[in-house]
Amino acid sequence: MAKSILAVDDSASMRQMVKLTLSTAGYQVVEATDGRDALTKAKSGSFNMVLTDLNMPQMDGLSLIRELRTLPAYRGVPIVFLTTESDAAKKAEAKAAGATAWIVKPFQQDQLLGVVRKIVGA
Amino acid sequence: MAVTEPSSFEALTLALGGEIFAIDANSVHEILDVVPLTEVPGAPPLVGHLINVRGKVVPLADLRIRFGMECTPPTIDTRIVVVEILLDEEPTVVGLLADKVHEVTSIAGASIEDTPDIGMRWNPDLIKGIGKRGDDFIVIPDIVRLFTTH
Amino acid sequence: MTAGDPGHIFREEAAELLVDLETALLHLEQNPADREPLDTAFRALHTIKGSGSMFGFEAAASFTHHLESAFDRMRKGELTATPAMIGIALAAKDHIRTLIDDPANADTAIGDGILDRLAQQSGSAAVADSIGGLQEDGDAPATWRVRFRLAPDALERGTNPLLLLDELRGLGDAEIVALTDDVPPLEELEPTRCHIAWEVTLTTAHPRSTIEDVFIFVIDETELTIEAVSAAPVSDACAAEEPATVSGLPAPAPLEPSDAPPQARPAAPSKADAGPEKGKAQQAANSIRVPAERLDDLMDQVGELVIAHARLKQLISDSVDLQIKSVTEEIERLSNGLRDITMGIRMVPVESLFGRFRRLVRDLSQELGKDVVLTMSGEETELDKTMIERLNDPLVHIIRNSLDHGLEPAADRVAAGKPPQGRIHLSARHAGTRVLMTIRDDGRGLDRERIRAKAEEHDLIPPGAKLSDAELFQLIFHPGFSTARTLTSVSGRGIGMDVVKRTVDGLRGTIDISSTPGGGTEITLGLPLTLAIIDGLLVRVGQGRYVIPLFAVEECVELPSDIERRHANRNFLNIRGALVPFLRLRDSFGVRHPPDPYQKIVIISSGDKRIGLVVDQVLGDHQTVIKSMSKLHADVANFSGATILGDGSVALILDIGQIVAAGQNQEQRREAS
Repeated sequence: MAKSILAVDDSASMRQMVKLTLSTAGYQVVEATDGRDALTKAKSGSFNMVLTDLNMPQMDGLSLIRELRTLPAYRGVPIVFLTTESDAAKKAEAKAAGATAWIVKPFQQDQLLGVVRKIVGA
Repeated sequence: MAVTEPSSFEALTLALGGEIFAIDANSVHEILDVVPLTEVPGAPPLVGHLINVRGKVVPLADLRIRFGMECTPPTIDTRIVVVEILLDEEPTVVGLLADKVHEVTSIAGASIEDTPDIGMRWNPDLIKGIGKRGDDFIVIPDIVRLFTTH
Repeated sequence: MTAGDPGHIFREEAAELLVDLETALLHLEQNPADREPLDTAFRALHTIKGSGSMFGFEAAASFTHHLESAFDRMRKGELTATPAMIGIALAAKDHIRTLIDDPANADTAIGDGILDRLAQQSGSAAVADSIGGLQEDGDAPATWRVRFRLAPDALERGTNPLLLLDELRGLGDAEIVALTDDVPPLEELEPTRCHIAWEVTLTTAHPRSTIEDVFIFVIDETELTIEAVSAAPVSDACAAEEPATVSGLPAPAPLEPSDAPPQARPAAPSKADAGPEKGKAQQAANSIRVPAERLDDLMDQVGELVIAHARLKQLISDSVDLQIKSVTEEIERLSNGLRDITMGIRMVPVESLFGRFRRLVRDLSQELGKDVVLTMSGEETELDKTMIERLNDPLVHIIRNSLDHGLEPAADRVAAGKPPQGRIHLSARHAGTRVLMTIRDDGRGLDRERIRAKAEEHDLIPPGAKLSDAELFQLIFHPGFSTARTLTSVSGRGIGMDVVKRTVDGLRGTIDISSTPGGGTEITLGLPLTLAIIDGLLVRVGQGRYVIPLFAVEECVELPSDIERRHANRNFLNIRGALVPFLRLRDSFGVRHPPDPYQKIVIISSGDKRIGLVVDQVLGDHQTVIKSMSKLHADVANFSGATILGDGSVALILDIGQIVAAGQNQEQRREAS
């Protein structure tokens, strides 16, 4: 069965890009527009991985990850940040909150696919 | 002004007021039997009616008016030739009344002559040229100019 | 680019974000201490930068970065949103738009000028800092020896050493050597474990902290050392914090998050709850973005369905088969529901239109040196999206006129006993199946005598003609009519009120003007909710059938058969004591067919005028799917479009504005003769 991935970003073009890249590679991608939306969708479905932006309205990526990690179903699910931030303190904060990896925008589609394949398998 | 067609073209030939006209087959969308006409009060007589073509409201033109021909009532042979023309660079669909539709035929470029200035009963401005098929003369009207000059 | 292409989506997204940004900036200008517009502005910039850099809009992204930094500092309270700063940000917003829409024509000089001003405003040092964050040539390159050994189970936990190496390579020139000293003998080797360490000699302009960042997600389990090997000046402050490393021996290097300079730590992330925006954003979260053309296609299909249903209804009208009748009624119910939903989808609040005028008024008032405040009400009123787009230009023109000609200079206002600051108020509200949009100013009002003089000069009215205010004011919509004494750059742009009128007519709308000398002018546009389907009254005149838009219909009455005798020469009808002029449509349309013995009159109204239309028969209500007429009929008066009836034939839709005007003119001619 196709691995399912939750892609969280308030930018529609980013979501589209992630969706295109991953769905062409056979992943099932569900989009969420901010942390709160993502949390709702995470609770009502099950995902093998979460890709999230950091800076979003409503609920930002850090709050999202903290919330997700309190859910038993998401304790072990890889959560990867896709963000323009490369600030070390932010990264450390994300790490402490339970993030699996951190990809800095801009990145190549191949890079994204590589990371996803590596983390959740093909 | 008369323009000589550079090469042969596929034309739909039709009868109108006792003459044979040829119009570029590529511009023809479809040929319809006569449908109910709706008169447009205040419109120029050339495009005095509207028809429904597959849900689109399309003006119906009676070219006989433009060429000063007698407007006889429709017969069993009367057809509406739906064409698309460019008016001010805007594609416009227009229905053309025809007394009878003949066939699609190839008219060789060499057989098209400039409009003779004399001996024609219509305005040379509205004609692209005169073609010949066998012994018959075929009038090639300039459809766009028919609608844009007055 | 195709519609699903992220680059294409980014353009649309950026256009919306820039509108949000502008609105936020203008709010911020009024309320500098307000947190919410600041956050909105920051996020808009942040997304434009991030997504822009992803989809090839590098110039826009790097330009936006500077602005984003400034706004980030405002959020942290390090900078204040001064009017000058807002001005710069507005200019920057325009420049970003050009960089995205038309990068070939973007003037770098303009961009540089904006950045210079931004740097001055935010303190040059601070901005230089932020530039350093993006530019790679900020520091002289230094060479580092980076050695790392992952935890033995790192691969099982999803760490990919190749990604780490790629990331290091991305920082500069990297020479990578695999250290195999820890690889066990083959019989002991566990293929799922990582036995290799790496040593990377990296020459990079990035500071040490950037190299550390590469490992941040594996640092707990990784043995890492980073040492400077070249004599290149180590300008970075981090060098001082570098923990002593034992050369050659890979020692765990504890890189605590607290190593980062405290001032670089961003403000605590805003809490999940954003207050009043909550409901709105929640709505947005559940919405989808659809290209406008698809909505147009959907509306077309619904229109065809309504027409097909009308045909079906007509076909079975004589049928006695109750089952077929009941299915037809079911289809009618469904198609009406589908129509309402589709029209609902196309509706957007006029706020998206009104919002654009804040900037217009701001810029114009500066250009003209007039202090003007713009207020609005009813922004939540909804209108068809296409209509909103087409209303932009007419409203811009009306607002320009108000600012330029309507509102007096402050001195004149004070002299007239008015507050020095001029007011323009935009409002929208529902009135039945129409939306009324009003533009009101508190300026000097329309100059009746000047309008009259001008109209007489142009032979629009006979000298001394008796005109009501409404009639007089309608004259300003005549092509070429302009009462401005001097054409200013603001309103003298070659388009006049006639273009406004034509656009509004094209939308099947109406315009009414009222004006008080010294008190101001109020222009009200009456607009249909949608461009696609209207309720109509189907009537017959001679053999032709016509649709009268139902919104204009007041009532239908019998034409008294003795009317000819009672008012020999007067086409007036007494409707409950009021004299209403009437028009015989059969005369207007040149019908030769003999009239029906019992004719009906449909009373219609436009603005404050009423007129009766004499028809042969009133056929009943008709769901009218509006089809526009071709260019060949552009000059034909009295009709605003056509529709297709249940029997498949075409019927024309009456243009209420023109018909009423024609009726009034006829009455004037009659009076004059």
